[in-house]
Amino acid sequence: MGIEVGIAAIKALIVILMVLSLAGVLGWIERKGSALIQDRIGANRASIFGVAAAGLVNTLMADPLKFLTKEDILPVRADRLLHTLAPCVNLFPVIVAFAAIPFGDAITIGERTVQLQAIPLNVGMLYVLAMMSLGVYGVVLGGWASNDRLSLLGGIRGSAQMISYEIGMGLSIVAMVMTFGTLDLQEMVRAQGHLIGGWLPAWGILYQPLAFLIFLCTGIAESKRVPFDLPEGESELVSGYFTEYSGIKYLMFFMTDFAEVAVVAGLVTTLFFGGWQVPYLMTDGFHFPGGGALLVPRLLVVLLQVAAFMVKVLLFCWLQILMRWTLPRLRYDQLMRFGWKGLLPLSLANVLATATVVLAIGGPA
Amino acid sequence: MTLVPIQLYLILGAVLFTIGAVGVLVRRNVIVIFMSIELMLNAVNLVFVAFARQLQSMEGQVTVFFVMTVAAAEAAVGLAIIIAAFRNRETVNADELNFLRW
Amino acid sequence: MIVLGLGLLVMLMILSLAGVVVVGGIDLAGLNLGHVVFALQASLMILSALGVIVNRSPIRSALSLVVTLFLLAVMFVSLDAHLVAMLQVIVYAGAIMVLFLFVIMLLNLHEDRPAMVRPGVRGFAGFVGTLFFLGAVHFVMHPLGAAPGAATVPAGFGTIEQLAEQLFTRSLLAFEVTSILLLVAIVGAVVLAKRKLA
Repeated sequence: MGIEVGIAAIKALIVILMVLSLAGVLGWIERKGSALIQDRIGANRASIFGVAAAGLVNTLMADPLKFLTKEDILPVRADRLLHTLAPCVNLFPVIVAFAAIPFGDAITIGERTVQLQAIPLNVGMLYVLAMMSLGVYGVVLGGWASNDRLSLLGGIRGSAQMISYEIGMGLSIVAMVMTFGTLDLQEMVRAQGHLIGGWLPAWGILYQPLAFLIFLCTGIAESKRVPFDLPEGESELVSGYFTEYSGIKYLMFFMTDFAEVAVVAGLVTTLFFGGWQVPYLMTDGFHFPGGGALLVPRLLVVLLQVAAFMVKVLLFCWLQILMRWTLPRLRYDQLMRFGWKGLLPLSLANVLATATVVLAIGGPA
Repeated sequence: MTLVPIQLYLILGAVLFTIGAVGVLVRRNVIVIFMSIELMLNAVNLVFVAFARQLQSMEGQVTVFFVMTVAAAEAAVGLAIIIAAFRNRETVNADELNFLRW
Repeated sequence: MIVLGLGLLVMLMILSLAGVVVVGGIDLAGLNLGHVVFALQASLMILSALGVIVNRSPIRSALSLVVTLFLLAVMFVSLDAHLVAMLQVIVYAGAIMVLFLFVIMLLNLHEDRPAMVRPGVRGFAGFVGTLFFLGAVHFVMHPLGAAPGAATVPAGFGTIEQLAEQLFTRSLLAFEVTSILLLVAIVGAVVLAKRKLA
């Protein structure tokens, strides 16, 4: 009984550390990556004894210290409780959402089987969706609690955008659920392990390319990143719904942004790109389609799978960062039109088509 | 493993329902009255789920599913009515929203 | 207002404490953990429910209700109703309460004036509330029908497969009617909240 609690606590700790460190590293990747894209050097002024470490000291040590020691400004006539609550309510669901995402196969220690997934839930997919739909509260409260016209406008725009794109996201996930026949994320990843035609790994994107595109668009819209970042409108609304925040609260809003990038990347990997599956890697080693096999000890297999998961997640984080510095921003009415008149009918049609195919085949793939 | 006895869940449901009922009777802000009604609906949901586990039947949970759906529909329409009434009278005080009084 | 709330709270806490003492027993084999967790959840839930009816500002009432709904979802998980718990978070805490918050923000409602109720309403409400509660407790302690006990639940109870099986076979008519109801509600809400029917 105690061991079970201990294992669960360790897994939860691993996930929290993973998300928080990803959020921090993504801040650095964003600054240096955008500098590379825009042909400039980026942040490199802060250094310890002359060692600047390519901006790591600046982004990972100097900036957080600056944010933590800044004065906490409370606007006049703002509701103090709500103003303090908003960044916490924004951050909490996003970190917790990562808990249902599996980062490895089940491993056996002694005589106990441990799932490499913080919460082995039967309805894992719905859990992630639920946590992401709780993210609206941070935006709504942040806008309202600042007692300021521009923040309120940013808050209303942001929450309207989030609930509009939640529907498209839900429907594209429904198509994936129909394809795999389960809501359990670990089962979905396992189902992407076999090979089609003997040589092609059965990853989700081969079954549902349209759902992948829709999910990517809606995921980025949910985290309010460019090209959907009008609520944050850096050149229009100052900072939108978190204009009136400084210090730690601002840091928490920013961390939510990057943590959500990580969650969307994790979901895309799990649903469409095989999660922790490495092509041709079975439980006991590589089995190539030609017939060759390379036996690998179990521990190495597990390590390879976890590493594959991390590489894929980082790849999709980089993709979102790339998109931020490449695409122009959508105007608000274009944004809403795209969500309601573009993505929603598309995802509905996708669900219909998937249902027809699943019925014709006689069961999920 | 001994589960928590169902009587405790039922008493908790009764407490929540009572709090909701008192809220409907005492508060004058129609939105808070509405929220108290939602609280009552949720107390009933709790009782349904507790009995579903007690009697090992999924019907309780299906009923909860329907209650949630109907509550959503009711909340949408009710809030739309409140918005329309507010446009007319500029108040959300239940004592002042007396359109039908002669 | 506050006095009424506090009185209710004290009475309820004493009664729930009595319930736990009577039924919990002195069990030190780790089974008490479930009871302790339940007691914690229940007291937090009661506190936030009281916050709904006691708060002067409608936004704080709405936030208290969100906390109550979330705690209720957690309790559903401990009652082996995983799917219903997730639906509770997605539908109730994630959509309906957002709608409430939107309306409160749209109407720009700040703190309520001190309630101008007719004298005696509060006492009457307290009396009715106590009556409800005592009646409910009486029927809980002396149930009318036989209450079969159950120690464990069958495997897969509360999962989506079982709920779907029940939903699409025995409750199919209710399902279809509910979907039409939702359509009617959407159209009705949009029409009611429009400024001009032009």
